[in-house]
Amino acid sequence: MSTTANRMPGSLRLLTTVFLALWLVAAVFPFAWTVWGSFKVEPDFFSRTSFWDAIEGVRTQMQTGSAFTLDGYRGAWIENDFWRSAINTLIVTISVTVISLTIGTLGGYALARSGQRYAFWILIAALVFRAMPHITLVSGYMLPFFQMNIWGILPTTIIVLVAINQPFTLWMLHSFFLSIPKDLDESALVDGCTRFQAFRLAVMPVMWPGVITTGLFSFLLAYNDFAVTSMLLSQDNQTMIPKIASFLGSIQESGNVMFAVAAVVSATVPLFILVLFFQRQIVSGLTAGAVKG
Amino acid sequence: MPHRTFMAFIFPSILAMVLFITLPIFSVIVQSVFVEHEAVLIAVENCTPFGCSDQTTVDTEAMAELRAEKPLGQFAGLSNYLNRNHLAIGEVGEIFRTAPGFVAALGQLMNLPFYRALAFTLTYTFIVTPFAMALGFAIALAVNTLPRMARGPAIFASILPMIITPLVGSLILAWMFHPAGILGAGLQTLTGDPGLSLKTSAVLSWIVLLVYGIWTNAPFSFVVFYAGLQTVPQDTVESARIDGANRWEVTRFVIMPHLGPLATFVALVQLMDNFRVFEPVVGFSSEATATSLSWLVYNDLVSQDAQQFGSASATSVITIIGVIVLLLPVLVRTWREFNSKAV
Repeated sequence: MSTTANRMPGSLRLLTTVFLALWLVAAVFPFAWTVWGSFKVEPDFFSRTSFWDAIEGVRTQMQTGSAFTLDGYRGAWIENDFWRSAINTLIVTISVTVISLTIGTLGGYALARSGQRYAFWILIAALVFRAMPHITLVSGYMLPFFQMNIWGILPTTIIVLVAINQPFTLWMLHSFFLSIPKDLDESALVDGCTRFQAFRLAVMPVMWPGVITTGLFSFLLAYNDFAVTSMLLSQDNQTMIPKIASFLGSIQESGNVMFAVAAVVSATVPLFILVLFFQRQIVSGLTAGAVKG
Repeated sequence: MPHRTFMAFIFPSILAMVLFITLPIFSVIVQSVFVEHEAVLIAVENCTPFGCSDQTTVDTEAMAELRAEKPLGQFAGLSNYLNRNHLAIGEVGEIFRTAPGFVAALGQLMNLPFYRALAFTLTYTFIVTPFAMALGFAIALAVNTLPRMARGPAIFASILPMIITPLVGSLILAWMFHPAGILGAGLQTLTGDPGLSLKTSAVLSWIVLLVYGIWTNAPFSFVVFYAGLQTVPQDTVESARIDGANRWEVTRFVIMPHLGPLATFVALVQLMDNFRVFEPVVGFSSEATATSLSWLVYNDLVSQDAQQFGSASATSVITIIGVIVLLLPVLVRTWREFNSKAV
């Protein structure tokens, strides 16, 4: 694109730059603003007089003696047990990712290598399942789970999230397996491996990039979920996202919105780190689904 | 691969999907034709120093017994679907018989919870999807003109709104649009209306929700289109330039046709995702002004006194039918392609 024939005229160049600058501000500013504001007191972040208060922290200085305060974080993490939710989130996301990938790689491999009519129909069914709104499925679980007395605990939520995750995981891993030449496992079969040995010893070692990418998306789905975790977990077992939602209801009246702001910022940090380190995998994962799926 | 091996490999996946996706769909259908038991009332004689009076209270023991016996509630046929909170057949008929004009009738229809939610869900789905795709495409074109060094950071910043948890993202924007937040206060100054807020203005809350939707959906289109742009054959672009096509014509007649299949894919995924819009309604607490089908289900399930499984299930079934209608063109096309390939 850098050849002279493609060099842009000045006006277009300017227009593109302005547009891009506007978008980047729109994409980043809300996060920057909220992170900055989470270290202020409520009358500054929600200032009746001027937004400049939130930047300088006038009232924060008056109330706490410094322009930055950790009160919001203290209130969320210590007084309201947000650390417990963080641990629950850790358990749920890691379990969901590991189980999803384990059964997903097996299934995706079978779908990619079968070539039968029913493999195609399983993929189409998975596409339809992928489109089901999660909350409608949840309303199907609730009553049976109450009856079986398994409502409210982490394992139930983990299994449900794995199942909801499966259609997407299958599609993605299936398309990654398709990109691995068949000769690889066939030569392993000729050498006397069973199917499972061929899968484990010949195919899996070259599948790691695909597994990591798919794992990222499984992680994101479990981490970002609100519909399932808010309905299926009891108060004590809540993960971070439903915990934030329940903050909103209970603290709005006592005037401690800043707890929720601090909790929101805390829940955002892991996602930032994830994008920072795995940007390339996330981009390639989205496009792999698009190009091949 | 032999059938047996195939089954062995795929069994855990299929089991998970059948148990937790297929069965719940059936469970929802069954639940949707039942309603909760009516409260069993008993008369209790309540005596105070001033005399005795009869009071009716709910017999909790009998209720518990009844619930244990028939957990689903009592059979109700299609009444869950037809009552005021869902399709509201009676009310709709009444409105169209009495309303002075079609527009007035539509206005009255918006007072019914189901139609209000349906209207917002459809508006959200069909406004956000094309606008987010157009914005994503524009960002992709713009980022593609950047020098290689600057692209990484630009992509990093651009995918943040997509990767963020929907509830968290909508809360962040909701706080900024709060009357005392930076954007909310700015809007009040701009319009000169000191009473303008998300809670009171239905128009504003619809617009803000749509803006949130475009903000959070555009990065997905951007990433896919950006990757597509890397595969545009440069020879074709150059020969089009030599033939005298200007920049716009190259974009319109070379780049866009090349990205066509990708656009279909993006549109499909985003229609599916936007149809189940839910978290923004909670995050922006726009229950009074904008609701969605998914939110109706959620609302029935979290109601404090009695969870209304029947009502939630009826809405769920209608939503699932909506999803299938939305997917139908794709399914029909796949079916045809598959059959023509087989022949």
